[in-house]
Amino acid sequence: MKRVALLGMPNTGKSTLFNRLTGAHAKVGNWPGLTVELLSAKLLVGDQIVQLVDLPGIYDIHGFSDDEKVVTTFLETQTTDLLVVVLNTSQLDRQLHLVHQVMQQGIPVLLVMNMVDEAQKLGIHVDAKDLGKQLGLPVCLLSAKYGQGMEQLLPAIRQVLAGTTSTDLYSRDASHIEEAFAKCVSVPAQASHALTESLDHVLLHPWFGLPIFFAVMLLVFQGVFAIGKPLQDATAWVLTEGRTLLLEPLMATWPAVLQGLLLDGLYNGLSTVASFVPLIILFFVFMGIVEDTGYLSRAAYLMDALMSRFGLDGRSFVMLLMGFGCNVPALMGTRVIRSKGLRYLTMLVIPFSLCSARMQVFVFFIAALFTATQAPWVLFSLYVMSLLMAILTSVLFKNRYVNNDAFILEMPPYRFPTFRQIVLRGWQEVHHFLHRASRFIVVGVLLVWMLTNFPIGVGAGSMDSWAGQMGRFMAPILSPLGISAELTIALIFGFVAKEIVIGSLAVIYGQEGQMLVGTITDHMNWIQAYSFMLFVLIYTPCVSTIATIRNETKNLWFTTLSVIWPLSAAWCVSFIFYETASYFVRN
Amino acid sequence: MPLSSQAISNTDAQRTLEGLRVGESARIVALYVDTDLRKRFAALGICPGNWVRVLRSASMGGPMHLRIGTTELILRRHEARSISLAP
Repeated sequence: MKRVALLGMPNTGKSTLFNRLTGAHAKVGNWPGLTVELLSAKLLVGDQIVQLVDLPGIYDIHGFSDDEKVVTTFLETQTTDLLVVVLNTSQLDRQLHLVHQVMQQGIPVLLVMNMVDEAQKLGIHVDAKDLGKQLGLPVCLLSAKYGQGMEQLLPAIRQVLAGTTSTDLYSRDASHIEEAFAKCVSVPAQASHALTESLDHVLLHPWFGLPIFFAVMLLVFQGVFAIGKPLQDATAWVLTEGRTLLLEPLMATWPAVLQGLLLDGLYNGLSTVASFVPLIILFFVFMGIVEDTGYLSRAAYLMDALMSRFGLDGRSFVMLLMGFGCNVPALMGTRVIRSKGLRYLTMLVIPFSLCSARMQVFVFFIAALFTATQAPWVLFSLYVMSLLMAILTSVLFKNRYVNNDAFILEMPPYRFPTFRQIVLRGWQEVHHFLHRASRFIVVGVLLVWMLTNFPIGVGAGSMDSWAGQMGRFMAPILSPLGISAELTIALIFGFVAKEIVIGSLAVIYGQEGQMLVGTITDHMNWIQAYSFMLFVLIYTPCVSTIATIRNETKNLWFTTLSVIWPLSAAWCVSFIFYETASYFVRN
Repeated sequence: MPLSSQAISNTDAQRTLEGLRVGESARIVALYVDTDLRKRFAALGICPGNWVRVLRSASMGGPMHLRIGTTELILRRHEARSISLAP
């Protein structure tokens, strides 16, 4: 099977082209000798199937960044039959250097001049035919986003793959390439995006920029929950009905242990997680829209001055923000950071972002122990605490994980994301999330069920079960924080995923809904509840987070640190809060 | 390349991008950075001979918003200090 690789600078629409060519059939896979996973897909070109690989965006083939090393290693170790070089047509001047480098690789090259829609708006004109003739290779002028000119691409790829074109004819001379482009591309003297200029005038305003930004983010979170909560309730309802109407009658004659394992363990656990899928999809779709419009680079511009004081930068802040939805995609998003020190520091900070799963635990406890007027302020204080912990962590570790990266970031013009783009992206992100998370969730929920139901004969979740014994064993460590044995068990399960915490309390106390709220109110005061919430906020968010950190860094030591540090911080903060607050209440 | 209408009056031999005011343009003459950063700068259009224009500057000493040709980018002042401009 022939192999075709997509190569280009960041922000040239390479991934959009990849998606346009392959639809939703791309697969993430490991490659021998490479430390990162690459997207690839099978593609029908004429009468043969070829493998299309999406290489990471790079500025220079001979560069030193991780992504650049990935591309060099790929080109050295994998036979590639064609390199499709993607260029942003409106910024050709600074990309010619890469074109020259690619033409020296001894691999057939096809030039894709992408974003022709934007170039036309700027008044840039390209004579693709003549350019192709001058350079001795095929040139396709197209817009991957809107599909304009896409019809020429597959025939062009087929022709190169079938042909006998020799790469010896490629120009070795950089000045010849420059001349060819100068001759065939005409750029008006003043080319700028009028809409972008007037939008930036407001959105990057020295005083209003930041308030507008926070208002936009608030709107995104509001939107996710306003639309997502009813969807989540509906999903949960369908899954519960499915259990009572379908699964329970079906399994009525099966052994009790098997029923318990499959229904109370696997099915309940999986459906709790599944009910969060609508929220996750919405979050990705909303953040995708914000990202595709180009606003996130603006956020980095607005926040960089503040973040630099804590050893972070504008990009870290954007990732921290994404963490408020879910930590896992935020951790994966740190790939754009080139400095290893800064990337590690950002990954150490992200798990303190109060994600939607932790929010669910807080909403439950706040409703149980605080009045309606106190509730919003309690929740707000937890958000403040989340940011304070992030700042404390970066200040403490910034000398160990030093940011030696220059902060230079391209500011793309504002763009309207297309519907197709939004849907595809949402689908891909969710697919990756479920693919990664499902293993841990299945293992996790089965473990919870076994620990609360064994040894055989004990009451589910009672103090005699394995979980109860663990709770009693851990009691001396957590009782100084005002956390009881029952809540300790919930914390142990919360280590797997915060989504399980409330569910496991229901199993432990053997109650549900309002009854459970009543029991919690009887068993603890507000100081204990707040101490518990602080612990939940600060310690490890979930196993998926740890797995993602391990996956992204391939560094066991760092992964261990990212577990140990939040755990010890959680203990200290809860301890200080509980003992201080109790002291003042007593006196 | 677009030429600024403002007169370039500063005669300081070591004029750097950091000192360029909002709305002003100037020609880049030299970069005082290592090879890796030089490559990244070049890929974004920051190389000797090109004209750079300051669109705006973030408050509290934040990054500068620049335009070089048709490319817009943001750069910290610390890095702007290593870019020397024609007087």
